[in-house]
Formats: sequence, C-alpha cells, structure tokens
Amino acid sequence: MTRTLVVIGNGMVGHHLVRTLTERGGDWRIVVLAEEPRPAYDRVALSSYVDGWDASKLSLAPVDVETRLGDKVVEIDREARKVVTEQGFVTDYDALVLATGSYPFVPPVPGHDLPNCYVYRTIEDLDAIRAHGGVNGVVIGGGLLGLEAANALRLMGVRPQVVELAPRLMPLQIDEGGGALLRREVLRLGLDVHCGVSVASVGEDRVVLSDGSELPADIVVFSAGVRPRDDLARRFGLEVGERGGIVVDAACRTSDESIYAIGECACIDGRVYGLVAPGYAMADVVADQLSGGAKVFPGADTSTKLKLLGVDVASFGDAHAVSPGALEVVHNDPVSGSYKKIVVSDDAGTLLGGVLVGDASSYATLRAYVGRPLPADPGSLIAPAGVANTALPDDAQVCSCHAVTKADIVAAIGTGCADVPSLKVCTKAGTGCGSCVPTLKQLLTSCGVEQSKALCEHFPQSRAELFEIIHATGIRTFSQLVAEHGSGSGCDLCKPVVASILASLNSGHVLEGEQAALQDTNDHFLANLQRNGTYSVVPRIPGGEITPQKLMVIAEVAQDFGLYTKITGGQRIDLFGATVDQLPLIWRRLVDAGFESGHAYGKALRTVKSCVGSTWCRYGVQDSVGLAIELELRYRGLRSPHKLKAGVSGCARECAEARSKDFGVIATEQGWNLYVGGNGGFTPRHADLLVSDVDTETLIRTIDRFVMFYVRTADRLQRTSAWIEAMEGGLDHLRDVIVEDSLGIAAELEKAMAAHVRDYADEWRGVLEDPVKLARFSSFVNAPGVPDPSISFREERGQRVPVQLGIPEVMAR
Amino acid sequence: MTAVQERTWTTVCRFEQLLPGRGVAALLPDGEQVAVFRTEDGLHVLSNHDPFSSAAVLSRGIVGDRGGVPVVVSPVYKQAFELATGRCVDDASVAVTSYPVEVWDGYVRVGSP
Ligand code: SRM
Ligand SMILES: Cc1cc2nc3c(=O)[nH]c(=O)nc-3n(C[C@H](O)[C@H](O)[C@H](O)COP(=O)(O)OP(=O)(O)OC[C@H]3O[C@@H](n4cnc5c(N)ncnc54)[C@H](O)[C@@H]3O)c2cc1C
Ligand code: SF4
Ligand code: FES
Repeated sequence: MTRTLVVIGNGMVGHHLVRTLTERGGDWRIVVLAEEPRPAYDRVALSSYVDGWDASKLSLAPVDVETRLGDKVVEIDREARKVVTEQGFVTDYDALVLATGSYPFVPPVPGHDLPNCYVYRTIEDLDAIRAHGGVNGVVIGGGLLGLEAANALRLMGVRPQVVELAPRLMPLQIDEGGGALLRREVLRLGLDVHCGVSVASVGEDRVVLSDGSELPADIVVFSAGVRPRDDLARRFGLEVGERGGIVVDAACRTSDESIYAIGECACIDGRVYGLVAPGYAMADVVADQLSGGAKVFPGADTSTKLKLLGVDVASFGDAHAVSPGALEVVHNDPVSGSYKKIVVSDDAGTLLGGVLVGDASSYATLRAYVGRPLPADPGSLIAPAGVANTALPDDAQVCSCHAVTKADIVAAIGTGCADVPSLKVCTKAGTGCGSCVPTLKQLLTSCGVEQSKALCEHFPQSRAELFEIIHATGIRTFSQLVAEHGSGSGCDLCKPVVASILASLNSGHVLEGEQAALQDTNDHFLANLQRNGTYSVVPRIPGGEITPQKLMVIAEVAQDFGLYTKITGGQRIDLFGATVDQLPLIWRRLVDAGFESGHAYGKALRTVKSCVGSTWCRYGVQDSVGLAIELELRYRGLRSPHKLKAGVSGCARECAEARSKDFGVIATEQGWNLYVGGNGGFTPRHADLLVSDVDTETLIRTIDRFVMFYVRTADRLQRTSAWIEAMEGGLDHLRDVIVEDSLGIAAELEKAMAAHVRDYADEWRGVLEDPVKLARFSSFVNAPGVPDPSISFREERGQRVPVQLGIPEVMAR
Repeated sequence: MTAVQERTWTTVCRFEQLLPGRGVAALLPDGEQVAVFRTEDGLHVLSNHDPFSSAAVLSRGIVGDRGGVPVVVSPVYKQAFELATGRCVDDASVAVTSYPVEVWDGYVRVGSP
C-alpha cells in the first residue's frame, strides 16, 4: 500500500532525504512543501553566487516528486495527520518530516529593521544585497558566515568592515593563536576587523559600536548566528530544546511517533548542528527508518575547512583542547603566515583535534587520524612539509560524476573505508566514468591506509609483478597463469590486464585462441562501444597527415554505411554508429585503401599529434610531421597499462600541444627536446623535460626505453604522469634509468621495443584474413546479418545520430 | 515423459560455436534478445538487455567470478550480473531475466523463461 510522506522544507537536508529515499525505491508517495520559490540549491556554496550571479550553478540534482514551491506550511493537524499551507493546500500524511532549517538571528538593536539591513541565507538575500549596493558596508558577526558575507560584499564592490563580539574571528572554530593569524591575513587583504565590540545601534548611513565609535555603512549585513526554525513544532505541541531546536531521538523521531525532524531545525543529543554533514547524516537515518531499517544517528563530525578570502582555515576534533589532560602542540610561523596546532592525548599517543590557519594542506590527513594513534611524533606532523599530502584543496571535487569532494572521501576513509571498492559503495565516487579512481587511491595512501597492490581478488600481485612473472616464466595463457599464480576464474579487472601484458610481449593477434575471451568488449570487436550498443571506427592517420584520396575513401565508407562522422581531438576521423555485423564490411574497404586500425579502442598508442612544422610553417625549425609519422608508425599497436599519446611540435610555439602528452617532442635549432609524463584529461599535467637538443636517433632510443619501462612497471590504468609521480625518486630516478641506464636494463628495453616494431601487424587485416575471427562479428549467432533491432537513428545537422534508448530501468547512479 | 511441455525452446547454435569464457547474442522468435555464455561450469542464458544503459550488450561483457560466483560484467557501466540467476551483484534491487538452456544433440537450445 502506498503511504504518503510529507516533507516540510526543501533545503539541502530535505532534498537529500527525498533524493536518498527515491533512490532506494520503495512505496512512499512523497510530497515536498517548500517556502522558498525555487528548487533546492546548494546553500553551502551560496557565496559563489556572487561570481557570475548564475543561480543554476548552485542547483542540486533534481528529484522527481510532487513539490509545491513558494508555499509555506502554517498548520499541522497531528490528530488528523494533515498539514495546511499558507495558500490553503491541504495534504494528509502517514509520516511527516520537518526540515525547516534555521533563520539568521538579528540582534534587536535599535535600527535593525531599517531598509539598509540584510541577512545572508538565501539567493533572494544576495539578490537584494546586490540591488541595494553601496560604498561602505558593515558585517555584524565575524564567524564563518560573516567572513563569507564580507568577502561577497567586497566582490560586489562594497568595502566591508567586520564587527565581532568575541575577542577573535571565528571563535567557534579556532583558537586565539589561529584567530590572531587569521585577523592579520584578513587585514592584509584590506578588510577592517573590529573584535571585542558589539553593535549599539544602526542608522541609515552608519553603525554605532558599543565603544562609541561609528562606522560608515550604506548597507549592513547581520550574520550573528542562526536559530532553528522550530516555530511550527512549538505551535503544534512538539517538544523543543531549552535553547531551541525540535527535540528528536537517535532515530530522528520527535515526541510524535509519526513526525521526524532533520537538519538545522533538529536538536539531537541536546545539540543543534549548523553544518550540512550532520544534517545529511540525519536524512540518511530517516530514509533508512522509512524503509524499514533501524539506523540511528552516528554522531557528527563538526570538522570544517574553508578558504576564506584566500586564507585556509581548518579545525577538527577537539580543537579547543577541552578533553581532560589534552596537550597542545603549536607551530606558529607568522613570516610565512601559517599557524598549526594539534591537540593530543596526555600520553601524546592519540590525536584528538587541531587548528590550522594559513596552510591547511595537512588537514585531510590529520583529520583522518583523529582518535587514532599518531603516525609520527606530534611535532613533526605540523613542522613545515610535515604530513605529505596531495595538493588538492579539501573542497575540490574528486569525483565530478557524483559530486564527491575530497572531504567526503577523507570522511569515508575516516569511518573505515580501506580500499577503492568500499569507497565506491560508501561515496559513489568512482562509479561513473572512473576517471577519479587513481585519485581515490592517492587519497587512501595519503590518509595512511596501506594499499593492497593486488590487482583484484584473483591475483595478489600488482600489474608490474604479473608482467615480470609472465615475462620470466613464458606462461602465455590466462588459464595457466591463474591456476599457477592466482585463484578463481578471473574477472573484468585481471583478464584485460593479462591480455594487455600478453599483447605487449608479442603473443600474436589479440583475438587469437584463449586471448579473445580476455578482451574488453572494445578490444574484442576492435572498435569503441557507444551508448546505444553500436561501435565507432577510427582508422589510423599517422601524424594527422592524409591524402585527398584517402579522405575520399573515408567519406565514401561513411556515406555508404550511414556513419556519423566527426574530426576527433586527436587529429583523425571517427565514424560512429556501426553495428557489429557492419564492422568487417567497413574495415574491408578501409584496409583495401591502405588504412590500419587506429587502436582508439585499446590501451595502446593512440595518436602522435603533429604541427605543420618546417615544411610549411615560417617558424618551424624541424620536420615535425615527418617525425610524428615515424614515431606513430614505430609505436602503433603497442599495448600499454593505459593509453599512450604523443605529440611533435616544430618549434617552441608548441602548436601540437606536445607537453600535454605522455611523450612530447619539441624541435630546437640543434635537434629535439623530449618531454615525458604529460596529461590532458582528468588531471592535466605538463610534461617534464627529460633530454634536450638530442638528434633523432638518440631521441628515438630514449623514447623506446621510456615507453618500454612504462609498459613493464606501471599499474593498471596508470597514465605516465601518475606513474612518474608515484615513482620513488620521481623524474630524477626516471632519468637515471632511461638516460644513465642505472639499472642496466636499457639494452633489454630497446630489444623489447625492436621486437614490437618487427612483429607489428595490423589487427584488422588479421581479422579479415581469418574466417574464425570474422565469424564472431555478427549481432546474433542464430541470425547473422540481422542488426540489433533495438538500435535506431534519427537525423541531426544532416547526419545520423542514435535515438536514445529511453531512460534505463535503473537510473544512472 | 508425459509432462505437459509449456516451454518453447529455440535452437540457437552449435555448442562448438561458443567461445569458452565469452558470450554471444541470440534472437528469440518473440524478438527478445538473449546472451548465451559458455563457462567452465556450463551454459548460462540471460537477457541481453543491460538495465543500466538500456543497450542490448550483456553478451559482450567479460565473464569471470566475484567471490567465486560466476558473473558477467556489463561492458557499458561495468555492473556485474550473476550468470546463474541474473541478479545484479552491485545493486540488489536489480536483476535481468535468466533463461533455461540445454544442449540437445550438439545444439544449444534456449527455453522461454
Ligand atoms: C573520439 C574522442 C573525442 C572526439 O570526438 O574528439 C575521444 C573519445 C573518447 N575518449 Fe577521449 N577522446 C578523444 C580525445 C581525447 C583527448 C585529446 C587528445 O588525445 O589529444 C583527451 C585528453 C588528452 C589525454 O588523454 O591526456 C582525452 C581524454 C580522455 C580520457 C581522460 C584520460 C585521463 O588520463 O584522464 C578518457 C577516460 C579514460 O581513458 O579513462 C577518455 C575516454 C574516451 C572514450 C574512450 C570514452 C569511452 O569509453 O567511451 C571515448 C571513446 C569514443 C569513441 O568511441 O571513439 N578520453 N580524449 C577523441 C579521440 C582522439 C583520437 O583520435 O583517438
Ligand atoms: C552562506 C552560507 C555558507 C555556509 N557554508 C557552510 C559550510 O561551508 N559547511 C557547512 O557544513 N554548512 C554551511 N552552511 C550551512 C548549511 O547551508 C546548512 O547547514 C544547511 O543548509 C542546512 O540544511 P537544512 O535543510 O537543514 O536547512 P535549509 O537549507 O535552511 O532549508 C530549510 C528550508 O525549509 C524552508 N522552510 C522553513 N519553514 C518552512 C515551512 N513552514 N514551510 C515550508 N518550508 C519551510 C526554508 O525556506 C528553507 O528552504 C552555510 C550556510 C550559508 C548560508
Ligand atoms: S609549432 Fe612552430 S612550426 Fe609548428 S606550426 Fe606552430 S609555429 Fe609553426
Ligand atoms: S569522476 Fe568519478 S566516476 Fe567520473
């Protein structure tokens, strides 16, 4: 039977509840009643609205439930289980959730209700402040929100002064030492701060302080704390806390069985939390309870880290050292503008909390240690360059597919996630495009969680170790390898890795014998799978150079098979929309015209991008196209831990963007400079100079060594950039190995590359010549030639594009 | 045998046509598409339809095991489905249809579910 859940309030927490509940499925009909006139948005990011005034940038994932916007609930009839809104809308409920948040507290000083007085909580508040404008502004309250408001004013062109009653800024979060530094930094940015005074009255153009002084003020923003919106609860007889907030138990239930309260309006364990994370935790509890679960509020982490006016501020755990016997260890460096304090247990063995101002780079790691034994002696943790950590700020989105920040990941690690699969379950990070998985691993490592190097549940070895095993033992089948060195029957992680290693070791065609079963679908059909189940075809166009004749062949093939045609970002042409049974027919035509596979589907060399170079360009100093073609033909078909991209530019203007490639070559008057470890994509990185001014022969020898060393020792799906960054000794070590041959393996690496060059054969030609392989290219084993009937096309801008397959039964999550 | 045959069986291919550790797609008379897998422990047939992408591609996934349970992994967004039951390992609320299958005189026959 469908029951009705009514949610009052569509703020961040109410929205989180509705989203979680709908994702879980179940039989609740959900009705959301919202006072604000717009769909739920990211209030935490409210200040960023000033940058562009684009409210859509704050939107949260829409949820498809009945929602009444701009209509506030004014009555709850608990007896009849009904709520009534201001506009007279009445709805019954079986369960009711109050998620009404809080309102900004405005101290009742004389003049507080003048037209130049504002609060800072909603998009409408910011619009109003902007519309009012002015030259001088005063922000009342020097806490987190006050400083954000001051900064927002500054960005609107108003000169703000901040008034704080406490003797320091952000009194709730940070201590005196940190406050002093924060104040210094804020002053340096041209913001006036008045601490230890209160506001006596507000006038139309000024604010009078308790010490009698006056500040000019065209506009006044009150940011003196928030109060829970518990008015409905009070009026309709629910228990409220002594200092406000709707009292709830650990299951977030109010004194009425069928009414819950969550977020900033709730008082749980005698506390009202003004942060979003505890609110989300409460929403999760209620979602679980409503789905028949028994989850209870786990307690909240009130750690915060923010960047205020460019100054990092973080506090975590017992920041004020109130635990009995707590000791404080402080490192204060006013010159570089960094204040760090950690609070440890009386035996200095356990980390309890801390405050970081100026340089909060160690926050993620330190926070993960709270309540745990310290990894090192306390002093060294906060000494300059103490805890190694990635450069990512805490609010950086690690996973853009699921909007998971570094803080979320670190919090999940703190609650016990010890590997990537459990992080995926806990946070959803890594379950979209997968690009962020390497970062997840880095974060695990930087939080001190020992990473298993096991490839997957079937092999305890790393990819590099498996490479050595296969290389040394001569084992050339997966079944033998898994029987002798692993367990089980393999999976989608280890099978493609082994297939790739076998291919790197020149073991014949990738679809030969048992190897065929190991390949990912892309490699299995030597084409890229698209969202509707069709494939794309990318012929190799070495260096991006192509004759008009060959262009015509591509055009004809595209026309005859009705393929959508697009120039790729890699200087070649992609033909989309081929069904499995069309692939061999298409390739027969392409191979006959002299094309080869472009390996767009493989973890292999992709393109060597070129610029036009000295042949045509008035600035070019070497033949960049010629070299790019030579390199592309040399390394084509080489299977590697991840895809490999390269570029060659004819002069330092760098039109081929070689420094964003795994290896990039830039021409000099004397020869070539070689750069390695560049990356575009998810985490862009400029390549580092490995050797300079070398001749072509030396260049190629060096690239041979570099690429083979990478193929042998990198992890699964680790681009060269991440490989070098993870390498002990980094670039210097790499240079020792590659240039100085410090490991004595250079000759072997070169030999391996020579073997690759010798044994290369076009994979598509291989398929066309072998009837057994060809036979696999049919949509249906019992109906060869019949295309998949679920695929259909429509036309857009003169080309065929897929008709979307409709909303998947399971929404992408 | 006197049992009433309620099931319709469709012969899809010869057993040897199947590559060990891999799937193929087959079309049933009612227009449904199925994925037929040959693994160490025998034959399995699931719907070819991937509920996470709506594409008919499960036959093209990699076959292996998760904690010893034989699975196929969708090639689109990589969810694993139990070969024996069609249950999705990554999301207990999702399953694809599983079909009966037998080898008859060297031919693979798929039954209605
Ligand atoms: C076709 C193309 C887009 C286009 O229309 O231009 C493309 C399409 C895809 N890219 Fe790309 N990338 C294309 C150029 C690029 C470039 C630009 C370049 O190569 O100069 C980049 C940034 C440079 C780089 O890689 O460092 C790029 C960074 C990525 C990434 C992120 C890699 C990373 O290290 O973060 C992925 C995801 C991955 O590989 O894991 C990706 C993955 C993909 C996949 C394979 C996603 C997928 O699984 O479906 C797409 C395959 C489409 C297909 O079926 O053909 N693509 N992709 C480009 C093909 C170039 C080619 O001729 O081969
Ligand atoms: C500028 C700013 C920066 C912040 N920065 C951070 C930060 O960095 N980190 C952090 O953790 N938190 C931060 N917060 C706090 C965070 O935004 C709140 O903790 C969070 O929004 C609370 O969510 P909520 O759903 O409980 O309340 P709200 O988001 O306030 O939502 C409550 C909603 O209920 C509606 N409502 C109230 N009464 C009724 C009624 N009777 N009928 C219908 N609707 C009603 C309100 O209009 C409102 O839309 C910040 C807040 C602001 C304003
Ligand atoms: S990189 Fe140099 S040679 Fe190449 S096109 Fe640009 S300016 Fe010309
Ligand atoms: S960015 Fe995390 S899965 Fe795509």
